[in-house]
Amino acid sequence: MLDTLKLPERHYLNNGHGLKSWLLTKDHKRIAIMYLISISAMFLLGGLFAAAVRVELMTPEGDLFLADNYNKMFTMHGVVMVFFFLIPSTPAVLGNFLIPPMIGAKDLAFPRINLLSLYIFWVGAAFFFYALFAGGVDTGWTFYTPFSSFASNTNVVPTALGAFISGFSSILTGLNFIVTIHRMRAPGLTWFRLPLFVWAHYATSLIQVLGTPVVAITIIMVFVERAFGFGIFDPTRGGDPVLFQHLFWFYSHPAVYIMILPAMGVISEVVSTFSRKTIFGYSFVAFSSLAIAVFGFIVWAHHMFVAGISTYSAMVFSFLSFSVAIPSAVKTFNWAATLYKGAISFETPMLYAYGFFGLFLIGGLTGLFLATLGVDVHVHDTYFVVAHFHYIMVGGAIMGYLGGLHFWWPKLVGRMYSEFLSRISAILVFVGFNLTFFPQFILGYMGMPRRYHAYPDEFQVLNIMSSAGAGVLGIGYLLPVIYFLWSLKYGEVAGPNPWGASGLEWQIPSPPPTENFKEQPVVHGEPYEYTPHVAREANLV
Amino acid sequence: MSGHVSPKSLYYSIFGALMVLTAITVFAAYVNLGNLNAPVALAIATFKATLVVLFFMHVKYSSRLTKLVVATSLFFLVILLGEMMMDYASRGMGVVLPALQ
Amino acid sequence: MSNAVAHAEAHGHAEHHTALQHHFETMQQQKEASTLGMWVFLLTEVLFFGGLFMAYLLYRTWYFEAFAEASRTIAIAPGAINTAVLIGSSLTMALGVRAAQTNQRTATVRWLIATIFLGLVFLGVKVYEYADKFEHHHVPGANFISESPWAAQEQIFFSLYFTMTGLHALHMIVGVAIMSVITWMAAKGRFDEHYYTPVEMAGLYWHFVDLVWIYLFPLLYLVERHN
Repeated sequence: MLDTLKLPERHYLNNGHGLKSWLLTKDHKRIAIMYLISISAMFLLGGLFAAAVRVELMTPEGDLFLADNYNKMFTMHGVVMVFFFLIPSTPAVLGNFLIPPMIGAKDLAFPRINLLSLYIFWVGAAFFFYALFAGGVDTGWTFYTPFSSFASNTNVVPTALGAFISGFSSILTGLNFIVTIHRMRAPGLTWFRLPLFVWAHYATSLIQVLGTPVVAITIIMVFVERAFGFGIFDPTRGGDPVLFQHLFWFYSHPAVYIMILPAMGVISEVVSTFSRKTIFGYSFVAFSSLAIAVFGFIVWAHHMFVAGISTYSAMVFSFLSFSVAIPSAVKTFNWAATLYKGAISFETPMLYAYGFFGLFLIGGLTGLFLATLGVDVHVHDTYFVVAHFHYIMVGGAIMGYLGGLHFWWPKLVGRMYSEFLSRISAILVFVGFNLTFFPQFILGYMGMPRRYHAYPDEFQVLNIMSSAGAGVLGIGYLLPVIYFLWSLKYGEVAGPNPWGASGLEWQIPSPPPTENFKEQPVVHGEPYEYTPHVAREANLV
Repeated sequence: MSGHVSPKSLYYSIFGALMVLTAITVFAAYVNLGNLNAPVALAIATFKATLVVLFFMHVKYSSRLTKLVVATSLFFLVILLGEMMMDYASRGMGVVLPALQ
Repeated sequence: MSNAVAHAEAHGHAEHHTALQHHFETMQQQKEASTLGMWVFLLTEVLFFGGLFMAYLLYRTWYFEAFAEASRTIAIAPGAINTAVLIGSSLTMALGVRAAQTNQRTATVRWLIATIFLGLVFLGVKVYEYADKFEHHHVPGANFISESPWAAQEQIFFSLYFTMTGLHALHMIVGVAIMSVITWMAAKGRFDEHYYTPVEMAGLYWHFVDLVWIYLFPLLYLVERHN
């Protein structure tokens, strides 16, 4: 019988008041909350740029923006969404908050570096805002040379520096997670007893520390070319613009795995909880995270099939790109097998997981289309590509992030949100998303190029569908802001474990105390032990 | 709880070796070794680097994890350099499949 | 004696070193975490410089003659001296860490000051070299003039020269700053045989910067000297 639950008297949110106690905190949980607020603001900004794009594309003529200004809209949409929302998202918010409790630790290995990474993120964002108010940037988020290094007359340097600086935020987060997971696990918590969320973040962190430095130095090379007149990519002096692309994509391809792996980690946790079953093939899922991280580094030139690379190397990269799909497929099969004969329910986090399955599947499979040389020649730089990566990054990564936010919200704030509104929101997101992006596969296949603000009349119907879908999607994204904020004051008190989930984080109060644990826990059991006894304890039977 | 303490003599020996190798690097640059000049210079540099890593940075006496981190950084550096040069080195190479011509 | 004991008494619980941060359970765990953290950071630096080495590799392959000719205009002596200076500073650094490991406060401070001094010598020579480049019109984008048939591609060489050595010099400056802080801490008696991790970590960073130079020297100064 549930007694009326009460919030703990002392927890991380009320342990110290005032701006200084937040801005100078070393508590990973407070840092996570500040990241949450920051990236939510950036998501809103990125969404406004997307709205500008979709409104322009409702009519075939380029009548809302001049071509140059339209270029700025999609560029800034991409820069904000990639560098200032997706890359931090799940790791900086959920990873920061949950990894220490999940491993039985009081904090990450380097709390001050954690705070530093947040400051660095803010500085990077400030550079971007400067670029925005100074008139924007129009190179595409990919900054291809020689346009970015030489020809563009927009604010390339501050934008590039903003991305560069935010990269260090990402590197420090990854470094912190790697050291934490290696060195701060509680006694008895062996690697193969770790939650898969932790494995996913470990793999993500490997990518962050190995890949980000390369794009950082690449941005520096563009910067010195633009600022000092150096010649590294300048064709008139013998420089090779394709070299930029190689260096850029060496990071930016693994970057997409930075975005998807944490979301996959969330899905593992949500699926096992809401089918009340241990994850099928735990070690396969764990190793597949590592495999994705490693394989992700050897396939980057599939973004460059038509850029002038050799046919021989294109074939190699195409073949390797097929193989990188295998570990993702392994995970998907294992999640499906977890559902099989499980006690499945449909709480909001699980709705996001179901949405993830469908959308990640489509996104992933269309990636194979693009990895196929012959197909890519036709659909490269069309809306087919745009649809593919939005299925993965929005349909996959953001659904995972939102699912995780809904799953762990009671742990973060101690209160439940409205299940009714959250389910509505999840459905709106799913419907709106498909309406926005599925037509784009067809548009791309039919030949509509990306990054164009005008198009032939016959593409208009699909474009209107896409823009309408974007409106629905926007509403779906705005609803959580409302009911999450509402829950802070009026939500039902959640208690330590409202979902009856396994994991150390569910055994501490909600919200947790600053030090997470009174004494260091000792781990005896395996992860995801969903037995009738556990269910009874959680008052689920 | 101290780490391994190396004797001073070891450090002086390594320093001596590094200075000798530097001198050899300079002298070798003045000798015409044809195509081997670059590989020789890089080989000497790599040997010097190995001495610094193993002895000055104590990797010889460090944990397996440290050695794994060092190896990992080199592995991915090789991927960066190697797979990228694979493209440049194969430009203009004949292609087997007629359909792609 | 012990700051550590007084600290423990103030805490009223099991004795632990003053330098133990409270989210760690033991000094050993803290040291292992710091060590792994510094090595992972150095891993990022390998990839960071690696991008420049990649650009260098490509363009040297494409424009060997231009690279050779441009490299020949750079005086070897300052480069060789700097190589010796930097290797020497790695020696003094290693000896400084050893002194800290063996709880010799004065020796630690002396070796660290020597390291800083050698680092400053390196930077001084670099200033001289850079000034020389400006004088000879070898700075792309600023005042580059060359009569050579490969003048355009020589600009690529010099762009890489300045970017690579400039980035390296920046790392040296940061290194000198870090060393200054560590020296101050050592002078204040913050380290003993149970806790010298900051000295060791700073040492790892310093050696890494030396490592980069070990490759930069032959690649930039010694492209083709045998004509």
